[in-house]
Amino acid sequence: MNLRKIFTLYTVGFLGVTIILGLAEHFFDLPNRWIGWIFMGLSLGIYIVIGILTRTSDADQYYVAGRGVPAIYNGMATGSDWMSAASFISMAGTLSVQGFSGLAYVMGWTGGYLLLAVFLGPYLRQFGAYTIPDFLGARYGGNAARLVGVFAAILCSFTYLIAQVTGVGLIVSRFIGLDFNVGVFVGLIGVLFCSVLGGMRSVTWTQVAQYIILITSYLVPVVVLSWQLFSNPIPQLAYGKVLQMNNQSALAITRDPQEKATREIWKAEAAAADAKLKDPATPEAEKTKLAAAQKTAATQAKAPAASDDAKVGNYLTVPKGKGMWNFLALTFCLMVGTAGLPHILARYYTTPSVREARTSVGWSLFFIFLLYFTAPAYAAFARFSVFTKLVGQKISDLPSWVTLWKPAGLFDVVDKAGDGIIQFADFVIKSSDFVVLATPEIAGLPFVVTGLIMAGGLAAALSTADGLLLTIANGISHDLYYKVINPKATLLKRLTITKIFLIVTALISAYVATFRLAIIVELVAWAFSLAGSSFFPALVMGIWWKRTNKAGALAGMISGLAVTLFYMIGSRFYGMSWFGTATVASGVFGLPVGFLVTWVVSLLTPAPDRETQDLVISVRYPTSGSAARAINAGH
Amino acid sequence: MSELTEQQKKDYWRYNLRLTMNLLAIGFVVAYLLSGLWAESLNEVSFLGFPLGYYMAAQGSLAIFVIEIAVYARLMNRKDLEYGIYEEAQK
Repeated sequence: MNLRKIFTLYTVGFLGVTIILGLAEHFFDLPNRWIGWIFMGLSLGIYIVIGILTRTSDADQYYVAGRGVPAIYNGMATGSDWMSAASFISMAGTLSVQGFSGLAYVMGWTGGYLLLAVFLGPYLRQFGAYTIPDFLGARYGGNAARLVGVFAAILCSFTYLIAQVTGVGLIVSRFIGLDFNVGVFVGLIGVLFCSVLGGMRSVTWTQVAQYIILITSYLVPVVVLSWQLFSNPIPQLAYGKVLQMNNQSALAITRDPQEKATREIWKAEAAAADAKLKDPATPEAEKTKLAAAQKTAATQAKAPAASDDAKVGNYLTVPKGKGMWNFLALTFCLMVGTAGLPHILARYYTTPSVREARTSVGWSLFFIFLLYFTAPAYAAFARFSVFTKLVGQKISDLPSWVTLWKPAGLFDVVDKAGDGIIQFADFVIKSSDFVVLATPEIAGLPFVVTGLIMAGGLAAALSTADGLLLTIANGISHDLYYKVINPKATLLKRLTITKIFLIVTALISAYVATFRLAIIVELVAWAFSLAGSSFFPALVMGIWWKRTNKAGALAGMISGLAVTLFYMIGSRFYGMSWFGTATVASGVFGLPVGFLVTWVVSLLTPAPDRETQDLVISVRYPTSGSAARAINAGH
Repeated sequence: MSELTEQQKKDYWRYNLRLTMNLLAIGFVVAYLLSGLWAESLNEVSFLGFPLGYYMAAQGSLAIFVIEIAVYARLMNRKDLEYGIYEEAQK
């Protein structure tokens, strides 16, 4: 059977199961928990089966999937490799909370693929190494550049991995009711089965399967809502109207006397908490709790953003001055970071040819675009559902899902004014993640849609975890162990070491995830600045300028990384501020420094040897084979 | 497959450079000017019921990036055929 047939059948089968479950829910009252278990069991089962079917112990297969992944499938695999738990669960919510400023993420994370397409992807494929540090080692000769590469790859990938593992734990605990820590380890089984048995080959095909699940589950709720409201199955075209309707609702809420009264109560509460906070008699231990309560009350006391004209209002306010600088700087960091993340770059090693690598970047962005293009619409429909399905209801008629969602800690509904009616100010949002996770139920869609969302979120988190885990383990076993410590190691030994490190890394990340450190989410955003300022200059200049030498690349990578880290830590913990730049956008300083230092130091030191320079030139022309031969001779 | 002459190599690379620079310039204008610095003034214009500046940042720029990469892949792949430098049987 060919690939297209297999994956068409798989997609149809998945949709079929969803429909059957929907019917079972409708006619036989299939309990929610069962639906959750079935979705999780089924999807994990599929990933494990793919892992077993594609197991391999051939080096080319294990490291780069035999360089035989057609462009479109590599595109899907990159899509799910790229879209993490954060893209799937949090992006739409971030957009609805941050308004225009949040769009930096959407643009940065997609624009990065343009840089990747024209600067890196096809050329890396032509070079034909196994990993990104592998490229650095071959291009800059010797082990120093390789080792800095391994260090930077682990630095960027590890916190990112922890965030994915945390995502898995959250999803499993929310939908299945398992303990968070148990959820983490259940999810890991799915990840390890693939990566350990078949390396890149298994991970690739699992990621394709995961992409199909994640995109289906993201689109279904929005398409259904769009169809219900406007008989228009394309939410991206319909949501302009929703934004305007939301604005009308928000305006009404601003003026409604009962809403006003509720907001006054919150205001009083905020003031009381504030006074108590300032009171020196208040014990220190109580203060954190009080501060949180004060913040909640203050937020609830605010009327929803709305504008008087028929336009869509404050939600769309473009930032000015420093806000605009940070918006542009963040967009820039996310772009270069995207183009510099090793687990994404390594995917373009797996295509059969340079041509396919080029096409594949296009497919990748197209598949990512499908989700990002939908996210703002998702946010608008979520807000709409809250305005129309929740606000104004009697508190005694509160649907059962509200109580079911309470333990998840995403939102809360309280009757502040005691009038028995749910006001908008009674809806306390604790995490904007509710947008994706709870909208199907707020909008009154069957639970099976929520189950679908769960499977999608799980797929997003697992697929990214797969890619990251493999990047870390390959960096350690291929680049550190085989290339530096023991070049005589047999293939069997190398693969065994990779497998051991996969398991060890997975266990460490799961262990760290169980601490639920608040800083993790923040650290993930930093990964882009770190990747952008360390890898991007060394890779781009290594490919585009033959004069770049080892000393230049090393100095560039280290100084870029150092400047970025310096500003990150300085601005986050010691109140440092250069032009008012936010910590997440630290790469905006490190990247230019990286380029500049690479350039200057390269010019001050002797040019690389003839052979290396010829290699760089030959990479420009697909099939002028010397590049691939030179690198592969090392394997 | 024959080796390229020096002149062919030069032409091929110049074509690639020009294409790359043009695409990057478009990308820059779309992401940093239309969706960033100029977004406020563009918001005065309405498009499909959206203010245009917001629409560019939320949807338009993304679509343009996809199209740009597709154009790049298509044109470069065609150029490879023209110069006879492409892998076909290598799997």
